[in-house]
Order: sequence, then C-alpha cells, then structure tokens
Amino acid sequence: MQQPGRAAEIKANGIGKSFGSFRALDNLTLDIGRGEFLTLLGPSGSGKTTFLMILAGFVQPSEGKLFSDGVDITNRPAEQRAAGMVFQGYALFPHMSVEQNIAFPLKVRKKSAAEIKSRVGEMIERVGLRGHEKKLPAQLSGGQQQRVALARALVFEPGVLLLDEPFSALDKSLRGQMQAEMKRLHQETGTTFVFVTHDQSEALALSSRVAIFNHGKLLQVGRPDEVYDRPANRFVAEFLGEINMLPVKGVRPADNGATGLCEDRAVNMRCKAEAIKGDAILAIRPEDMSIAPEASVNENGIAATAVASTYLGAATKLDLTTRQGAKVTVSVPNEVAAAALSKGNSVWLTWPAEKGFLLPDGGQ
Amino acid sequence: MRGTLSDRTGAALLMAPLLLFLVLAYAWPFLGVVKWSFTLPTPGLGQYHALLTDDLVQSVFIRTLRIAAIVTVVSVTAAYAITVVWVRGSPVQRVLAEFCILVPFWISVLTRAFGWVALLSNRGLINTWLQSIGFISEPLTLVRNEFGVIVGMSHFLIPFAVFPLASAMRSLDERVLLAARGLGSSRMRTFWTVFVPMTRSGIIGSALITFVFSLGFFVTPAILGGGRSVMIAELIYLRIFQSPDWGLGAAISVVLVVFVGALMALVFRYVRPKQLV
Repeated sequence: MQQPGRAAEIKANGIGKSFGSFRALDNLTLDIGRGEFLTLLGPSGSGKTTFLMILAGFVQPSEGKLFSDGVDITNRPAEQRAAGMVFQGYALFPHMSVEQNIAFPLKVRKKSAAEIKSRVGEMIERVGLRGHEKKLPAQLSGGQQQRVALARALVFEPGVLLLDEPFSALDKSLRGQMQAEMKRLHQETGTTFVFVTHDQSEALALSSRVAIFNHGKLLQVGRPDEVYDRPANRFVAEFLGEINMLPVKGVRPADNGATGLCEDRAVNMRCKAEAIKGDAILAIRPEDMSIAPEASVNENGIAATAVASTYLGAATKLDLTTRQGAKVTVSVPNEVAAAALSKGNSVWLTWPAEKGFLLPDGGQ
Repeated sequence: MRGTLSDRTGAALLMAPLLLFLVLAYAWPFLGVVKWSFTLPTPGLGQYHALLTDDLVQSVFIRTLRIAAIVTVVSVTAAYAITVVWVRGSPVQRVLAEFCILVPFWISVLTRAFGWVALLSNRGLINTWLQSIGFISEPLTLVRNEFGVIVGMSHFLIPFAVFPLASAMRSLDERVLLAARGLGSSRMRTFWTVFVPMTRSGIIGSALITFVFSLGFFVTPAILGGGRSVMIAELIYLRIFQSPDWGLGAAISVVLVVFVGALMALVFRYVRPKQLV
C-alpha cells in the first residue's frame, strides 16, 4: 500500500478481532493478489466489514499479522497506509466542492498546484463528472456522489482500493451501470480492489475471486464459478443462490467420483467421496436440473410431482415434491413447465453427474 | 413543517400561553419604552439625536461591542475545546467535561462575580500567590477594568456556548473523519480542514448566542468593571434609575433591541444556523 501507482499484494495471517466477548473475526488467513478484484461476501455481522476496516487500518486486529508487499503493516496507522477507500454512504466532505474533494488526498501529499490541477482534471474526466467540478456533494445525485468518492479514492494511485458496500444506496439500474464502470476502472488502473458486499450476484459478476464469510469465519475463497459450482459447505451453497438439497445414503467412492442412493435410486457424482462417506446431502442448482418423461437406469433421476410454478419471463420456476417428500425447485423453459403442471402426475427430474455435488449431512 | 390544519391549530393552541405571556410581559411594556423614547422629556427625535452626538453614550456603545466581541471569541474557543472532549473524549473525560459544563449553572451570576473579585483583586488569591513566589512585586490590576469583565463574562457564557457546538459535533458523520484519515490526512490536518469546517453551523450559532447575550450583560460588568468599564445595560440602568433621563435610557434600549434583532435576522438570513441548542 505504499508505492503509488503500483498494485499491492496483501497477506493476512491469522487475523482475529474481538469486541468484548463478541468474536467478530476468527483466525483469518488470506492472500490478496496484486491487481486482483477480491469480493468479501457474507451476511451482515459476518466479519467482512471488520476485515475491510482492519485492511484500512481503522480497526486494530486482536491477533494476527497483516503484510503489504511483504512488509508488516499490522501496526501502521490508517493515514500512513493510505489505501483508497470508498465508504458506504460515500463520506464525501460536505463543505468541499467536487474538485476540492478529489484534490484532498493530493493536497495532503503536498503535490504541486500544477500536478493537482492536472490529476484532478484527469480523474474528473475519467469518472464522467465534467461540468460538475464546482458543485457541492449535496447538489449531486447518488450516482454522481459515488463517482466523486471513487475519483477521490483513486486519484493518489493507491496500491489497493477498499470499497464498503458502495452500491447499497443506488437503485437497480444505476447499480448495474456503476458496476460496469467500476470494472472498467479496475482494468484501467490495475489496482488491487477489495470489495465488500452482501449481494451474491454483485459478487459473482464483478470479482476475480470471492471470499465468503459467516459468523466471523472465512468459509471459502475462489473464482466465482468455483464457489458457485463447488461450494465447500452448505452455507456457501445456499448463500450464493437457490439450490436443491437431497439426502443421499450409502455414499462410497466409485469410478470417476462417488455413488450413493437417492430416493432409492442409484445416483452418480463426479466429486470425490473421500471426505464424505455414508449419509450426505446432494446439492444441485435449479438451472442444472431438467424435466423428462422417463429416466434411464444409467441416468441420475428421481420421480417428482409438479405443485406450483412462477413465471419469470425468460424461464419458469417450477416447484416439485419428490416421492419421499423433498421439495425441489427447477428453472425450466416456459412450455416445459406448463406441460409438467398440466399432466398432474409424475415427471422425472434428471441432472448430469458433474452438476451434483456432495455436502456433509446436516452440517454447515 | 407542513401539517394538516388541525395539526397546526393544535400547535397554535399549545403555544398560545407562551405567546400571551411574551406579549404581556415583554412586547407590551417594550412598546411603552418605545413611546418614552419619542416623548420624554419633549415629543420628537431629540433623544435619538442626543444618542448620535453624546460622546459618553458612543464610547459605551463601542466598549460594549468590543467586550462582546472579545468575550465571544474567548468563550467560543474555550467552549469548542470543552465540547470536543465532551462529545469525543473517553468515557471518563466525558463525565468530567459534563461536570464542568453543568456545575456553573448551579451557582448564581452574583456569586460567581464576587468569586472572581476574590480571585482577581489586588489582595486576591492570584496576586498574593504570584507575590509570594516572587513572580511579581506589585499586584497586577486584574479587576475593576475590562480584563476582569471579560474574564467574568466568558466564565459565565462558556456553558451556553457549548450546546450549539455539541449539537453540531454530534450530528457529524464519523465516516467522513475516517475517510480523511484513510486518504492520508494527519489528525491535526483532519481537525482543521474537515472537523472544524463541518461544525461551522454550530460555531455560528454558538457565537451568535454568546454575542447577543454579552451585549445585554449587567451584573457581571457592574461588579467586575467597578464602574470603570460601563457597558450598555449599566448605562441604561443609570439613565433610568439614577438620573431623571428616562427618554435617553429608553432610546438606548430601543437602539439595542433593534441592533440585536437586525443582527439575528442577518445571521439567520445568510447562514441559517441549524441548531441553537
């Protein structure tokens, strides 16, 4: 975080934080790569914001070490770390114009007037605020304030940009637009971005890697497709999107993965069964299941009855109940859903072996 | 502010006793004072003409404005420091600051003025102590002059100056201060370039209260000024109670009220201090 213009590489080593008896963060070890876009995802109170505040230097960890480019910065005060930061609610200086807000970090660094002028001008151009230079934050829309906050945090070329739920106050269309803009800024600056959100679709759409938090613990880190398709546990699986959970019995290793009994039918999984044996949970995303009139013996399939549907435009969400009473949701083409419902009797739910994955039974 | 008709009627009814009291106790008698200023001893603008030409009255006006200005600067500055501790200090500091702010309200203005005399007079605590340690040989003149008046008035007004400041500091968004630090600003720089400007409305409210209050001070300057540092309220008292010059006293009162009214209107028109208490 110290060399301007160069993306920082951050290592968190066994970071923990307690507020009195409340354990906000527990033994967190995480490497944040140079120039990556890492999202910290989790429900409120999961520790993601605490970790961001520790990265910024606003909160001192109770234990553990923090390194930036190999240098121990655990005890370095926030003003010397100088990570760019975008706060929830933006935290712009209300008494300063757009220009003065963006110039603030440069003035603090005692840059020459000429340099400040050219860099502020460049930044204003880059975030599309030309014409608003003299306005006060209160005279700007939410999206424009957001741009000022981004410009102010990036103008001094920090090694890392920290963002605390920056889009939570924006409406949906503006949010999409700002997300695209942030992705572009990330590519243009090449800076390391650490982004906190509780919105899983935002996390999956923006990041190069996602770190999922719950109850102060880091549960899993990985590329968006990794954590979505191969969640490490039930919490991650459910937090990242809708998912069907079916009990499987007698799980054992088999050629190419694992096999077990689901609703008295043999099912195959492509994941390894070493860690999980006996009873487990088979998890399948709604969009990975299809409706079929029949299922062959070699195919993964269970019988179910359609009970309700929700029209979503591009597809229909169909709710079904299996013979043994498990509830399953699938996302299927509209006409398939209509046909399944009108038949009133049993259909088959099928899925490719590589789309189902095993989670420990009952556990998190 | 916009409510239904019945809301507004209700509010008007609730405020009616206060308004009635203000009209009977202040507005109506003041109209009498205004009348005196134009009629005593003879009808006309004579007293206002005297006001403009009387050297004594003018020097008292100027002294009053000067003392009020100095007291305002001293009180608001001291109150600012106390309020920072009160609002942003550690729990122990907060309790101590609160104690310092509230205790003066329990002691009458008269007691406090005499307390300052005991401290500041030629044979008072401060002079005897400074002489006993050999720091001075002759006692310093700390009272019966403007200095004594400023000390006593500031001491009285600091607690009043605290409340508008506290209200402004409490409503300040903590994240803005964090943002300044995160952007590399030292604590000092953050204080002067972010914290102080963001409490501007509180400073203006605090200064306005202190200044207006100072203009009408009577007891403290009368005791600590010892007749040598007469302020406007004391002059009005002297004109009405000690010399049969009711017309001039009334005219000075009217000018004072109009001046304060104009000042308040000006401040509210241009800066609109959000909170006065």
